[in-house]
Amino acid sequence: MGREFLTVYWREMIRFVRFKGQLFAALVQPALWLLLFGIAMTSNFDSNPFAMPTIPGVVSVDYLTFMAAGVMAMTALFTCLFGGMGLLFDKNWGIMKEMLASPMPSYHIQIGVGLGGVTKSFIQVGLIMVFGLVLGVKFFLGFSALETVFAVLGIFAFIMIFSAGFIFLSAGLAMRVESMESVQAMMTLLTLPLMFSSNALYSTSSFPVWLQTISSVNPLTYLVNGIRYFALGNDFTAMGTHYEYTGGEIALSFAVLLVFAGLTFVFAWRAFRTAKVT
Amino acid sequence: MASAIIEVTDLEHSFGDVKAVDKVSFTVEEGEIFSFLGPNGAGKSTTINVLTTQLPCQKGIVRVCGFDVRTNRQAVKKSIGVVFQDEVLDRDMTVRETLEFHGRIYSMPRSERLARETELIELVELEQKLNVRTKHLSGGMKRRLEIARGLMTRPRVLFLDEPTIGLDPQTRLKIWDYIKGINEEGTTIFLTTHYMDEADTLSDRIEIIDYGKIIATGTSDSLKNTLGEDMIYLQTGDDDRALGLAESMSDVTGVKKTSKGLELILSADGGRVMPKILSSIGKESIEILSVRMKKPSLDDVFVHYTGRELRAESAENAFHRRRRH
Repeated sequence: MGREFLTVYWREMIRFVRFKGQLFAALVQPALWLLLFGIAMTSNFDSNPFAMPTIPGVVSVDYLTFMAAGVMAMTALFTCLFGGMGLLFDKNWGIMKEMLASPMPSYHIQIGVGLGGVTKSFIQVGLIMVFGLVLGVKFFLGFSALETVFAVLGIFAFIMIFSAGFIFLSAGLAMRVESMESVQAMMTLLTLPLMFSSNALYSTSSFPVWLQTISSVNPLTYLVNGIRYFALGNDFTAMGTHYEYTGGEIALSFAVLLVFAGLTFVFAWRAFRTAKVT
Repeated sequence: MASAIIEVTDLEHSFGDVKAVDKVSFTVEEGEIFSFLGPNGAGKSTTINVLTTQLPCQKGIVRVCGFDVRTNRQAVKKSIGVVFQDEVLDRDMTVRETLEFHGRIYSMPRSERLARETELIELVELEQKLNVRTKHLSGGMKRRLEIARGLMTRPRVLFLDEPTIGLDPQTRLKIWDYIKGINEEGTTIFLTTHYMDEADTLSDRIEIIDYGKIIATGTSDSLKNTLGEDMIYLQTGDDDRALGLAESMSDVTGVKKTSKGLELILSADGGRVMPKILSSIGKESIEILSVRMKKPSLDDVFVHYTGRELRAESAENAFHRRRRH
């Protein structure tokens, strides 16, 4: 395989740092979530000890720490869900024609854009994590240095697969759809249910069954599981719910994300293979 | 002129049940500037898109640089350069990045890329704009950058789809100079245009295409020569009688009655023939209302073959074609 996808990636990153306003917004938005929503909710929940029973001997996690994992996951979701939009611009007003007329196989565009999406997720999630720690998020409590490094790597592995899945989905859609408006609408339509049917901001254990079913096919849920497992350990309580993760559950979560990424890869692959701009 | 670099045999292409290109055959020789001339919607862009592998070859045989577009698409892509009809630039990349990106997706080695960038930036005189984003360039500069980009990989053929559409006259002249210069360096040029003057000034050979069919082919001069040495446009008090008179005269090879009067094609110098024609019409007491003589232009060639004027018709034509879709 040639390395032309690195060129596509190079361009993605040029554009990422060049649009200063967009870059700023992309970094500030999740920070605001943490700062406003996180702190507001935390001061509500944690001031009411009856609503949040704790189990003796089990680590009790405050809400800010609990939702920080969710905000990291949501950040990756937003970044990648809208990450394919650039392709729609390229198709209508940009250099998609040039790329498709070149001898570079079209899946290189997909891989380059995918790498770009993952990198952007990494940068944003990393910054949010650092910002959260500054705000008082209690990740990696009682971890040794080596364990912390391992935990961070684990988190990023989850972020990587999840991001790839959503960037491929968004790229595939962008290549198939003609107008900006329809894709925008589709993405907006997707974001809300993905966010609120997941365990990013609250526990799903008391959901009605139908909502739990939706939650169980929502990739965001599996990403959040992964992040919490690596950041908070396998046994803790938060918001009155007792979380116990086994290694097998986490492996399964990862596998679900892999399957999701695999499916969207094929979806995008097909879109690129038949792409024509004339 | 050496061997054929593009060979097209019986190319057909349809969009739904609309036949955009209908049994088109032609060859382009290595080293020439070859123009596809025709009104909007005549099938020019469809042809160029098949030749550059952006559209599949539905029917017929197309060989570019010796490779079949159907079976050896990659090899064709590697050996050609393309300048698209509409602007294909990333508005937020700089001039240098635009060329660099192109060189890289064509897998050019770094040293070659850098050398070529410097060379081409000089050729199209954009040295001052190297680190400027393309959105800040003028229309002409953008075109020049796109031409430079098309040349990055030293293609054997450069395809230009309507290279000066929407540019002001001065900029057009400049673009023509570049195109001629590039051709003199040895690159074969295939261009489509609906501008008569463009085809006339630039091309070694021209194909006139209309409604998906080639209707005339040759050098600019040979096409004009089919219309004789000179043409006379005549309005008289009685065009029918005048037509009869003109037809019987030697040196008049063709007479056509149009809505505006008579159109005479002369096989000899018009300056010498016209007095004879006028006096014989005068002798019959037919009133002469107006006389105009001119050297045949490509416009006249087009009118002659299609019965329509290219420029006046093209907008309306495009409209009809759109409605047919």
